[in-house]
Amino acid sequence: VTLHTPPIDWFGLSPVLTLIGTSFAALLCAVLVPRAVRRFAGVGIAVAGFIAGIVLAVWLYVDTPDGHTIAAGAYYRDRWTSLGQIILLAVGLATTLLAVEHMPGWSRDADPSRRDDHVAEFLALLLASAAGMAFFVGAANLITLFLSLEWFSITLYVMCAIDYDLEGSLEAGLKYLIVGSFGAATLLFGSALVYGATGSVSFGGIADAIGAQGLTGDTFVVVGIALIIAGLSFKMSAAPFHMWTPDVYEGAPTTVTAWMSSATKVAAMLLTFRLMTTAFPDNQHLWGWAFAIIATISLAIGNFAALVQQNVKRILAYSAIAQAGFMLIGLSTGSALGARALMYYLIPYSAAAFGSFAIIAARERELGVPVTLENLAGFGWERPFLGVAMWFFVFGFAGLPLTGGFVGKFYVFAAAYDHGWVWLVIVGVLATLVSLYYYLAIVRAMYMRPSEELQVLPGGGVAVSGGAPARERLLHVAVGAALIVAVGSLFAVQPLIDLAEHAAGSLPL
Amino acid sequence: VNASAYTSLLIWLPVAGAILIWFLPLSRYATGSVALLFSFAEVGLWIKQAAHFDFSQSGLQMSQQANWFGDLGVSYHVGVYGFSLWLVGLTVVGMAACTAYGFWVGRDRPRAYFGLMLLLTGATVGVFEAQDLLLFYAFFEAMLIPLYILIGVWGGARRMEATVKFVIYTMAGSLLMLAAIIAYGLQAGTFDLVSGPTSGSRWLFLGFMLAFVIKAPLFPFHGWLPDAYREAPPEVAAVLSGVIAKAGLYGMLRIAITKFPEPTSFYRTAVLALAAAALVYGSLLAFRAPDFRGVVAYSSLAQSGLIALGLFAGTDLGFDGAVLQMVAHGLISISLFLIAGAVERRTTTGEFRLLGGMARGRPALATLLMVVGVISLAVPGSASFAGEFLILAGVYQRAWWWAVIGAAAIVLAAMYMLRLISAVLHEARGSTVSDEALDLRPGELALVVPLVAGLLFLSAWPAGISNHSFFGPSPTAAVRSQFK
Repeated sequence: VTLHTPPIDWFGLSPVLTLIGTSFAALLCAVLVPRAVRRFAGVGIAVAGFIAGIVLAVWLYVDTPDGHTIAAGAYYRDRWTSLGQIILLAVGLATTLLAVEHMPGWSRDADPSRRDDHVAEFLALLLASAAGMAFFVGAANLITLFLSLEWFSITLYVMCAIDYDLEGSLEAGLKYLIVGSFGAATLLFGSALVYGATGSVSFGGIADAIGAQGLTGDTFVVVGIALIIAGLSFKMSAAPFHMWTPDVYEGAPTTVTAWMSSATKVAAMLLTFRLMTTAFPDNQHLWGWAFAIIATISLAIGNFAALVQQNVKRILAYSAIAQAGFMLIGLSTGSALGARALMYYLIPYSAAAFGSFAIIAARERELGVPVTLENLAGFGWERPFLGVAMWFFVFGFAGLPLTGGFVGKFYVFAAAYDHGWVWLVIVGVLATLVSLYYYLAIVRAMYMRPSEELQVLPGGGVAVSGGAPARERLLHVAVGAALIVAVGSLFAVQPLIDLAEHAAGSLPL
Repeated sequence: VNASAYTSLLIWLPVAGAILIWFLPLSRYATGSVALLFSFAEVGLWIKQAAHFDFSQSGLQMSQQANWFGDLGVSYHVGVYGFSLWLVGLTVVGMAACTAYGFWVGRDRPRAYFGLMLLLTGATVGVFEAQDLLLFYAFFEAMLIPLYILIGVWGGARRMEATVKFVIYTMAGSLLMLAAIIAYGLQAGTFDLVSGPTSGSRWLFLGFMLAFVIKAPLFPFHGWLPDAYREAPPEVAAVLSGVIAKAGLYGMLRIAITKFPEPTSFYRTAVLALAAAALVYGSLLAFRAPDFRGVVAYSSLAQSGLIALGLFAGTDLGFDGAVLQMVAHGLISISLFLIAGAVERRTTTGEFRLLGGMARGRPALATLLMVVGVISLAVPGSASFAGEFLILAGVYQRAWWWAVIGAAAIVLAAMYMLRLISAVLHEARGSTVSDEALDLRPGELALVVPLVAGLLFLSAWPAGISNHSFFGPSPTAAVRSQFK
């Protein structure tokens, strides 16, 4: 028996392959490199991997004006994939910098000399999950979609639970595993139904079959789409599939939360937009409405639930649910403007989501207890740079004109209006108004109460305020880079929109 | 330097100053000095701008345009008209006085404080100069951020409630304006205010107006006003009522009236009624207010009503009077709030029952408060007399009863202002007024006297503004041509 292997465009896959390769290298480093230099070596490998991945993705973006599938129709080599990968890997690079000083798992070893024992494993997982996401955004059929989804999900389950001596971390990992598996199973079931009805797994083939055989109203197709939407909504943490989000975001090590909250959302949103517009263009009336309703529910639940939270990670988790709602407004239109809006929105969003959790990580380290609105008091005055960055990020989430979040909101609302959905614009506007209350609460907590009011005395009763905080240079670099991206995207709208437009040009809109 | 560069410089110079102050680890004194330097540079720039402004030429002047994002037709487009020139002037002069006041009283955490004041200056100038709807909206919102922190950090005991109320109120209005902007811009294919067409949509008009009537504010959208004006530090309250409130009124003129002629005439009676209600109700509340700032706060509500009355009269005299009155009232309320701050610093309170008899031994305070108070109650010959007279004459041309209501409210203005003056300066000495409470110091005089001098200048030559706000003899014609 001869096995016919398809021709493979290795260059098209190079960002993903690079990440897998560096992931293996990091694993080897965990075994072979002496503990004293393990952190240094691991971080070096991860940084090299992410930078190489970004360079290759940029190269592919430039080199691929006309998108096409490669590897026997399994993967899209086009600008939508490449731009998504650039965003993802940039977040990955920032996460690596954050992890140097905030390595998940360090609290497991009371003995500081043993803290570097598992550094390289974590970085290997980070690289592997980035590789999974990078493949996921390029997936071109239901099989590669499912495989890459599981690929990055499984690494994320482990990353959430990596601090297994911490109460919340293990719980977060387990919860994410169970709920995530349920979501993946739903997605798989939906894929099976769609395959059963159309006889095709590739996105393009499904669209052709639906068009040619008049299957738009077919029960299997409709139910299949519904299940696929549900499965993907778990990953993008859109309500009502969001139940895991606050618990996992709260329990996971904050470095992992920073990575998850921005990267997973980018990957899930971009893939979903491509899947829906490529595989189910004739069913737009169905999934458009479905996503509009999911957006409305996410905006309502995310914002109202965030109002009553005290734990800042939970506030940001609910805010992430609400932000998914805003992105889904752009997604639900399924238009070229919606594609641009979504792609643009993700750039300042991913920077701000990463940055805000990184800042929480710094505060958490300082306090030794979970960060609440109460013990955030005075933070803005104690650490001016992180404080200013934080209010830029949260005001950007709220859509005030400090970061590209402002233009992003404007774009998704414009896409909804352009689609004829004025009601969705009104929903978005009202949701923004509600969200202001808790975003302002974070700023209020940081600045408008003197730190003398601070009652929390962590570990042995040492007062927090007044003590010199750790220097955390790399954290500052990562937050500074996120701040530059978030603020810069407000001014450099045209270049980013051009990129997004070219990326959206790869989609059949 | 190319004259049109002043327009952008006026917006971005203070922003650059703010960033500089945040990054330089200067001492308290040096920080204040740098901030003041930037504020004065703003005033200088504005004088240069005014000197280059050609009042005999129609249309937008000293404009600059650059692409922001072209696929939706949004651009960075700034420029000035006659009326916006005066409002920019009010902003830079008022902000300079208020920044100097902050320096004088020695605000805590000077780098944050002065940086935010400069940021506020840039954003407010931006509102008056923006000629693109989204840019206008961005600056309109950007004003809110420094205000929120300025009140929340340096405000009084009940500042938390005040800031939340203030932000939620204003954002409720402005977010609906964002929806209206999107609808207008996508229908028109451009967000440019100069080249954009007029629209007949009443919904869009209401979307814009809601933002403006909350910002101005007009009755019954003033719920945020008393708390914000009482809890803000005095110089920030001065900015709020003197300058920021004018952004709402400016928006009515530049966007609501100009771009929506049909809805404007459809809703004219309704808006005039709200304005008249604000005027009468504000005056009555000012008369009943138990404290200095309360009187000034509610009188600002009344004055916003009066100015809106002039704007929505839709007559030549009404428009001229409204612009003049915006500037005059801006200077008056900034002076009054700064004097209120000076009084509160000496007595720890602004409550009338604890004040009184401050005139004795404090001639400078007494003279200044008297002069500002008398100008504020529109004594014949004063700048606000000219403004109010024009507005009433203008609204009289619309229908006589509006003028009757307006005239009645002016009588009320005399009542509350005289009550304020006598409660602070005369009557028996209040329990908090000690002999040690000094007269205004030279530093304080240096802040307020220039503002009062400006008012006296406008009193002598109100036509300086009322004749130089709109191109041509007829403001209504200028509005109808959309200032092209």
